[in-house]
Amino acid sequence: MKPNAAQRKAMYSDIVRSREFDDRVLELYFADKMPVFDLAKGVIPGEIHSSHGQEPCAAGTMPHLTLEDTITSNHRPHHHAICRGLDLNKLAAELMGKKTGYCAGKGGHMHIYSVEHKFSCSGIIAEGMGPAAGVALANKMREQDGIAVSYMGEAAANQGAFHEVMNMAGVYTLPYICIIEDNNWGVSVSKKASTAIERNSERAASYGVYGEYVEDNDCDLIFEAMSRCVDRARSGQGASILEIQTYRLKGHMHGDQMAYVPEEEVAAMKDCVVEYRNKLISEGVLTEKEAEEIVSQQKSEVDVAIQFGLDSPYPDPEDAFQNTYAGVSK
Amino acid sequence: MSSERTLTVARAGREAVMWEMENDTSVFMLGEDVFAFGGVFGTADGLGEMFGPDRILDTPISETGFIGLATGAAMAGMRPIVELAFVDFIGVCYNAIVNLAAKHYYLSNGQVKVPMVLMLGSGGGYSNGAQHSQSLLASLAHMPGSVVVTPSNAYDAKGLMHSAIRSDDFVIYSGQKKVAGVGMLGTPIKTSMSVVPDEPYTIPFGVANIVQEGTDLTMVGVSWTVHQCIEAAERLQSEHNISVEIIDPRTVVPLDRDAIFDSVKKTGKLLVADEDYQSFGFTGEVIASVVERDPSVLSCAPVRVANPDLNIPYSRPMELRVLPTADRIVEESKKMLGL
Ligand SMILES: Cc1ncc(C[n+]2csc(CCOP(=O)(O)OP(=O)(O)O)c2C)c(N)n1
Ligand SMILES: [Mg+2]
Repeated sequence: MKPNAAQRKAMYSDIVRSREFDDRVLELYFADKMPVFDLAKGVIPGEIHSSHGQEPCAAGTMPHLTLEDTITSNHRPHHHAICRGLDLNKLAAELMGKKTGYCAGKGGHMHIYSVEHKFSCSGIIAEGMGPAAGVALANKMREQDGIAVSYMGEAAANQGAFHEVMNMAGVYTLPYICIIEDNNWGVSVSKKASTAIERNSERAASYGVYGEYVEDNDCDLIFEAMSRCVDRARSGQGASILEIQTYRLKGHMHGDQMAYVPEEEVAAMKDCVVEYRNKLISEGVLTEKEAEEIVSQQKSEVDVAIQFGLDSPYPDPEDAFQNTYAGVSK
Repeated sequence: MSSERTLTVARAGREAVMWEMENDTSVFMLGEDVFAFGGVFGTADGLGEMFGPDRILDTPISETGFIGLATGAAMAGMRPIVELAFVDFIGVCYNAIVNLAAKHYYLSNGQVKVPMVLMLGSGGGYSNGAQHSQSLLASLAHMPGSVVVTPSNAYDAKGLMHSAIRSDDFVIYSGQKKVAGVGMLGTPIKTSMSVVPDEPYTIPFGVANIVQEGTDLTMVGVSWTVHQCIEAAERLQSEHNISVEIIDPRTVVPLDRDAIFDSVKKTGKLLVADEDYQSFGFTGEVIASVVERDPSVLSCAPVRVANPDLNIPYSRPMELRVLPTADRIVEESKKMLGL
């Protein structure tokens, strides 16, 4: 299924929203960590893995998912969370460790949970797969609608969990889709240096599931490929691996100088936001003016969210003692 | 000519790796991001260029695979050094550690050796969330068959690394990220830097370092908490004229129980600080080793300052509440001393 004009505008709006958010986070991140760079310092502390360049992987796939479907994300979750429709204010606040954040400061950048959006993420590589496939299994057992989708990087396909979970997804015919965002790097190790096969979607054959590869980081192509995977999942034909060729524009995490990335590769990286905007304008889907309006609209919502985070209070230190157990009192 | 320089922990450990690699062709390193990146926490900085990709091997993100592989290489007579940036990731490879590397020597009745070093980065305090901030020391030290070294300063880091690489045992070299003194975690902790001789030297396993002598209270810390104890002791000395003896066991397996007992016999009071989850952990083990031998050496109940059995929250005020900081150590010490 090809996206219609409204869907394409919405995808553009989503990638802009995610990019604006990441840009503001980047700005804030470095504003107060100098002169001696210290991860522990500043209003947004810790590691930040931004989604710069990978936004279409989320924007092109999410339109096919409803609130009945479940999503697990990884250490690079901003584009997934934003395109899933999570509240920007609560997202910004969580990144700042504030009480008003999605997890009241317990989670942080790599651990955003929104029950309402059936969204969670986790920083251990490939470990989002098991829980997603598990939700798919539960839905199937209870004959409920709802499929499950996990998002991860190409390097995660070399983790044992990938093989184990895909194998079960195949054998149990689960309504599950494993989306692989291939940005060619796992921190400083290139795809070529870590696996001898060309495409992870080819691995689908070893699990008896469907595999598809999208060769360009383009919302439209991703949208179409995802529609095939989702159709299969919803119609009882089982699991898929969808691999998308994408770009990591800002390195592994903020502060990564990318010295190990060949210059030609950096030069060849395309900015998907610019590309898609030009494409939509040239195809007459969007006017320059509309594109500008989308950007300014998203910018202002991001500004509001960041301000909300900044103005929010920190949790009480003693809040750390809440919620270790659901039933047991210690 | 020998010279002495002040080094960070990461630099000092790396220097030992370098020397051993130059002098023993069976030593090699493997792990994520070691070749071009020099290790996420600087533990392999520059080694890739020096020794090439055949001896500094970048691995895929396949921990159970490459720790198993290193175990095999060690069984075959190599001396692999495995780098795992975050101890938290042992979750996906614990089997290779606990059921392979730590067991082969015993199960083979001493016929099969596993001379391998597993370097790990532990600890929190910089808002990296619950999956990238743990210590997990007890999970490493609990199983038989692995030596666990925990350097707190550069001098020990180098000597213990030489000992670890030369050892015929499986050695877990547990580095604390904030103690390492790497760029992205701000200014190195002053007391973690030390003057380090140029030439190689070893430090025996199971011999504690008395960081400072004292008469009123014994503090035992491990890696980062040694520095928290030092800070706490300074404050107790200057504000309350309390004399603290600080013991750094340097290796938690084997543990220098004699040094700890002798110190408590002198001071009568024992406080143990550790970043790991408190229950079933290092702090309890240290206390047990004193109490088992002679409870009468204690003039008051021993105290544990550790993580109060909570997953590590991201948000700074909550994380600070969970960490065994100098503030908490001072507070608990004052209670013990009736101040
Ligand atoms: C089990 C495990 N091993 C190692 C890491 C450290 N780590 C975090 S992200 C990352 C690279 C992941 O690469 P990829 O899956 O391609 O995702 P990308 O960062 O490129 O989006 C690594 C090695 C981890 N979080 N979990
Ligand atoms: Mg990648």
